[in-house]
Amino acid sequence: MTDYEPVIGLEIHVQLATRTKMFCGCELSFGDPPNAHTCPVCLGLPGALPVLNARAVHHGVMIGLALECEIAERSLFHRKNYFYPDQAKNYQISQYDVPLCRGGRLAGVRIHRVHLEEDAAKLIHVGESGRIHGSSRSVVDFNRGGTPLVEIVTEPDFQSAEQAHEWLSLLRTTLKQLGVSDAKMEEGSLRCDANVSVRPTGATTLGTKTELKNMNSFRFVERGIRAEIERQIALLQAGGEVEQETLHFDPGTDRLTSLRSKEEAHDYRYFPEPDLVPLVVGSEMLEAVRAELPELPAARAARFERELGLSAERAHELAFRSELADYFELVLEANGGTRADAVSVANWIPQLVERIGSDADPAESKVAPGALAALVAMVASKQVGREAAREVLTRLVADGGDPHEIVQEEGLGAISAQDSGVADLVGRAIDAEPAAADKVRAGNEKALGPLVGYVMRESKGRVDGGEVRRMILARLLES
Amino acid sequence: MTESNSLNDPMSTLIELTASEAAERVRAGDLDPAELFEAYRSRAVADQLNAFTWVADGPPAPAPGRDAPLGGVPLAVKDLFCTEGVPSQAGSRILEGYRPPYTATVVSKLAAAGAPLLGKTNQDEFAMGSSNENSGFGPVLNPWDRSRVPGGSSGGSAAAVAAGLAPWAIGTDTGGSIRQPAALCGIVGLKPTYGACSRYGMIAFASSLDQAGPLTRNVADAALLLRYMVGHDRRDSTSIAFPGEIELPRSEDLSGIRLGVPEELSGDGIERGVLESFNATLRLAEGLGATIESCRLPHAPHALSAYYVIAPAEASANLARFDGVRYGLRVDADELTEMYSRTRATGFGAEVKRRIMLGTYALSSGYYDAYYGTAQKVRTKISEDFKAAFAKFDFIVTPTSPWTAFELGSKTADPYAMYLNDFCTVPMPLAGIPAISIPSGLSDGLPVGFQLAGPAFSENRLLAAAHALETAIGFGQLPAPDRWGSYETR
Repeated sequence: MTDYEPVIGLEIHVQLATRTKMFCGCELSFGDPPNAHTCPVCLGLPGALPVLNARAVHHGVMIGLALECEIAERSLFHRKNYFYPDQAKNYQISQYDVPLCRGGRLAGVRIHRVHLEEDAAKLIHVGESGRIHGSSRSVVDFNRGGTPLVEIVTEPDFQSAEQAHEWLSLLRTTLKQLGVSDAKMEEGSLRCDANVSVRPTGATTLGTKTELKNMNSFRFVERGIRAEIERQIALLQAGGEVEQETLHFDPGTDRLTSLRSKEEAHDYRYFPEPDLVPLVVGSEMLEAVRAELPELPAARAARFERELGLSAERAHELAFRSELADYFELVLEANGGTRADAVSVANWIPQLVERIGSDADPAESKVAPGALAALVAMVASKQVGREAAREVLTRLVADGGDPHEIVQEEGLGAISAQDSGVADLVGRAIDAEPAAADKVRAGNEKALGPLVGYVMRESKGRVDGGEVRRMILARLLES
Repeated sequence: MTESNSLNDPMSTLIELTASEAAERVRAGDLDPAELFEAYRSRAVADQLNAFTWVADGPPAPAPGRDAPLGGVPLAVKDLFCTEGVPSQAGSRILEGYRPPYTATVVSKLAAAGAPLLGKTNQDEFAMGSSNENSGFGPVLNPWDRSRVPGGSSGGSAAAVAAGLAPWAIGTDTGGSIRQPAALCGIVGLKPTYGACSRYGMIAFASSLDQAGPLTRNVADAALLLRYMVGHDRRDSTSIAFPGEIELPRSEDLSGIRLGVPEELSGDGIERGVLESFNATLRLAEGLGATIESCRLPHAPHALSAYYVIAPAEASANLARFDGVRYGLRVDADELTEMYSRTRATGFGAEVKRRIMLGTYALSSGYYDAYYGTAQKVRTKISEDFKAAFAKFDFIVTPTSPWTAFELGSKTADPYAMYLNDFCTVPMPLAGIPAISIPSGLSDGLPVGFQLAGPAFSENRLLAAAHALETAIGFGQLPAPDRWGSYETR
């Protein structure tokens, strides 16, 4: 049976976090009463004209630069014509054959283009289906209509659903770091469509592609693409053919239903928007935006590796989620920021993430960066054992507070190996685990585990593991 | 027919003042602007030409100050301009009763300068037409002969000014919609440089061509009105700050002025009486010191074809918003597409539908390059023709319209014959340049228009030359009823 490989490209719509809409002065809003933020322009009233939002251009240029695109000195807006109640004018102002940015690359994935356009309004269908067909009534909320968008189109450079997911989350981090978007898939400020095709492994031509829509979370993107790859492979293996169509992903069932096929494809009758003049981005603006560019995830990961001695894996883990990297740097700062501390601080971040939930932002947790810094310092100076420190962290996540106080209250402070109680514990361990003790006496140090474990358990992790190890060895081998 | 009003009637005396003269008297304290407003308002209310679609109840409150430069002289405004709370229907049933929540920039500017809104004037539906017979609210009649059309699409504005129902008016010109009705009604009409006046609040027909402009009894009034219309508007990205101020024209000679007469626009197809008046005007110009030479605009004969691709293409998108969803007419149906179809089928007239179909076709995938693409190339060529001509000439002059006012209904069956009305006026908007039409005389008792076109932003020179010619021509500037004694005013 033929093996198939998937070929995937993404189209991402990003709502820009400007104060006002793309072509009018109405403020952007989320959750305000319907149609509270409208004017003659975004309602498409007769005689109203669009005026381009300079801040949206700024954000578009910034995204283009971050994605290493070529920024067009002169780009054009077109009208994309189609009748639908979510477009007040029944055309969308978008960019067509002369977009703001072309080419580019992010983490090895090639960017085809980045262009500016306006968002549609929100339709609410009253009735059973929740879609326009079969609804008894539909109403339009124009608050979202005219929100500035950029559309980012990648080349078909993804080979798996997981890879697409991972890259999309890097893109989100990048956008958030640029400060150009909230980039929240759940709220629709980041939306992703996928073009999916499969071909016999090693083939150089592309198979027929389908377009997947309505994947409004990172997990749904991955699941939708995976389901579509499986569907296409099964279809081909059964001797069928993939039809070019647009598919709607149902996250409830992981099923894909057809929205429209190629035959029904729109003729959008694009033509240059006569109400706007060509968009000119001069070298002055370009340089100003370039100077504003923050450190991007890839550069940040490289710096963590180079300057702080983090492993490549840890550096990416932090840098590709800016909220983790930001928190990490805050802890370092609270701690004096030495290189030696950096590695141990970095190793504590996954412990924290495990406790607050993998999607949560540590900055919003109860653990103050100073508290984590103090905890790491206490471990380093052996004031608290590693095991005990994990418990302290659990307490910090639950209630916040100062690690010193928690250690004191809970009696978690490290016990010096010189303490007579520890010597007693070592003796009891040898009595409790005679078989292990014999093996150690015979020269097998690997058998130390149960003996050390006994002492650590009994001391609630308050003794330093290394010290305990040395003490047991000394006791068993001394005579 | 009733007895005409005599010059002794104080109301009649008032309306014999040109707008500039009236403004002057108000500013001098010799005339009460409320009285002036009422003199025109009563005439507009009694309109028998179907020139108005709405007339104000009374003068604005508060009244413009005595120092307002336009003196409170009331203004008739083409219905294509949005006026807050006042019906703005663009001559279309699809906008019947539509009252916008805002006012067009040009109308606000004129009101602020002291030209309050007298009424809204009838027009061809969405400015598509040259006879006003395409209005959803019935045709306008020509005050010179009520069996004839006033021209279009700003026919209501032209007829109102010509008949003395308004002291002055504004209209819009896309392919000749100010100049041609001005010519057919014997008044002055100016289409400014593209971008000189804001288009904000002007219901769009063809966005890359539409321009607002004055329709007035004489050149001085046109200049005065235009002075307060021009200027950059941050709400219209295509508007441009006018270099300098519009000056009031005083020139009475044309010495040193070189006039080019394009062979393509002054020969075949022009009515004999129109050509005679045109040639007589050229001789007058020579007498004033101008030199006259024939010239070439090689691509001008293709202007009409390019125009009837570009304008409908833009219109097909501009008019898509009239869909029954948010405002205007809605004809309900069980299904969305059916609601769209019924609303638009009911609300739009035949000519508007024809142009939407033409434009949609021209932009369709597979036809775009052949139609829209080619038309844009022709447009560029026409601009280049003018540029070359203005290297040699100060102005290009042509008859405004190939013929005088024609009988109502005489061209409605043949759209192409109707489109030929714009033969001499279409090249200028394609090139974005200003042009003015002034009355040059009568042919068989009907007015003839003489057109001067100049380079972009040459309005001041254009107005000066037009003023000199106007003075020499001596075409009367009095409204009905006295010159057209049979015209009933109330």
